[in-house]
Amino acid sequence: MNAPLAPAVAACAGPAIAFDGVRLDLGGKCIIDGLSLTIAPGEFACVVGPSGCGKTTLLRLVTGLLSPTLGQVRRFGAPVDGPSRDVAIVFQDYGRALLPWRTASGNVALALEAMNTPRGERVERVAGLLDKVGLTGHGDKYPAQLSGGMQQRVQIARCLAQGPRVLLMDEPFGALDALTRQALQDEIAKLISESGATALFVTHDLDEAIYLGDRVFALQGNPGRLAEVIDVDLQRPRDQLRTREHPEFLRLRHVLFDHVQKTH
Amino acid sequence: MFCSIMSRRLIDLLNTLPAWLVPLSLLVAVEIAMRGSGIESDGLALPSQVAIALAGLIADGEIFLRTAETIGAIAVGVPVGGTVGLLLGVWLGLSPKAAQLASLSIELFRPIPPVAIIPLTLLIYGLGIRMEAAIVAFACFWPMLLLTRDAVRSVEPRLIEVARMLGLSRARQIATIAIPAALPRIFTALRLTLGIALIVAVTTEITANPIGLGYAIISAGLSLRPEAMYAFLVWLAVLGWLLNAGLIALHRRLFGAAHGEVAA
Repeated sequence: MNAPLAPAVAACAGPAIAFDGVRLDLGGKCIIDGLSLTIAPGEFACVVGPSGCGKTTLLRLVTGLLSPTLGQVRRFGAPVDGPSRDVAIVFQDYGRALLPWRTASGNVALALEAMNTPRGERVERVAGLLDKVGLTGHGDKYPAQLSGGMQQRVQIARCLAQGPRVLLMDEPFGALDALTRQALQDEIAKLISESGATALFVTHDLDEAIYLGDRVFALQGNPGRLAEVIDVDLQRPRDQLRTREHPEFLRLRHVLFDHVQKTH
Repeated sequence: MFCSIMSRRLIDLLNTLPAWLVPLSLLVAVEIAMRGSGIESDGLALPSQVAIALAGLIADGEIFLRTAETIGAIAVGVPVGGTVGLLLGVWLGLSPKAAQLASLSIELFRPIPPVAIIPLTLLIYGLGIRMEAAIVAFACFWPMLLLTRDAVRSVEPRLIEVARMLGLSRARQIATIAIPAALPRIFTALRLTLGIALIVAVTTEITANPIGLGYAIISAGLSLRPEAMYAFLVWLAVLGWLLNAGLIALHRRLFGAAHGEVAA
């Protein structure tokens, strides 16, 4: 389940995620219009844009919790027709996404229960996942007893437990302090590259998008549509100091910042 | 750790002492005032006389007999009315369609005062514990129904999304997410319901049913034994207080850890 997906297998399935002329109306308002993009298997794609430009909606379309009004969203070539265990999502509001009556272990185990993993296997798998996200020894704590960063780690562990081929993240570190955020950025980059999963990461933080992404999709609002795509050609693994000081990082930052200034 | 828990308990206890001094000093004040003014009335008794009467009722066991009758009616009525209310409430909470269909009926029947069905229950069951239990069940059904419905309705939508993303079936969403999430509020509903049950049981006994503490109170009053009447009243107050305190402690024990308190 945790074995990296062989790139060759993924490649022949075409793009991991494809938006094809997608329009979405909600409550009589056009949220997204004419959106077309593709994300390759194993790619780390980031989405930035002003608030209200449909970033979260874009993610929800990939989950299948929402369906497009026009056009089509495909995952690995197949039209999205609802949630799938291949797709996991890390919500920003970890406080509401965790079951408060279950311990950290119990929250991670929920994903295994959903997949009908035999009871005997669960304990070991949960411990392994908690180790992976740096929560060794915290399994018996309830979410309310954990810091925000730790709660978000629990949510990430639960998503990893699904063994997803696509990991969606909706401003996952937006509510965390700067140091915790940087630590989690590095960890998520490592976890994604280890698992071989495709990542779609929504953020309003331009630096974060460039730091994490292979590509950054910039959206503009009213209605939400694609404004610009930039390729991030920065060496991995990235480093909080050296990468952020790299001339290319600074150049991309300028490009994105100018773009946001223009469209805001 | 042990020491700190002990000292915290001690501090808690000391903190409640002043609160106990208020009613106690009030009683002493009443005793002094009544003795000083030499007031005499069929409706009044000295607190010291009440205490003696209460001791007598405890000594000859009469108070326990009456309590058993009242508690007996509650012990039958609450589970019956509460369970039916709970199950219907869960159903209405989960199904907006059912809730809409039921809303008019609920609003029509709910305003009926429980004591207004005394004549009906008398016709069906005659006097005795069954008739009283039926009224208690009727009284408990409504708050349990409405509060459970609202508790299930207000389950965090994010948690349901998490369950959907994990591919949990509707039945498992209800069993593993909706019901546990609603449990703390359902428990509060139970606490409220038990308070109502005590009120309704005693009211029924005073107005119609010659059993229990309610009948003991009115008999004592009518036979001009105000000290016994007050003794039963004091007993009733202590009983209600114990019931509530016990349920609050149980609530903390069951749900405390999930809300930031470390289980002792």
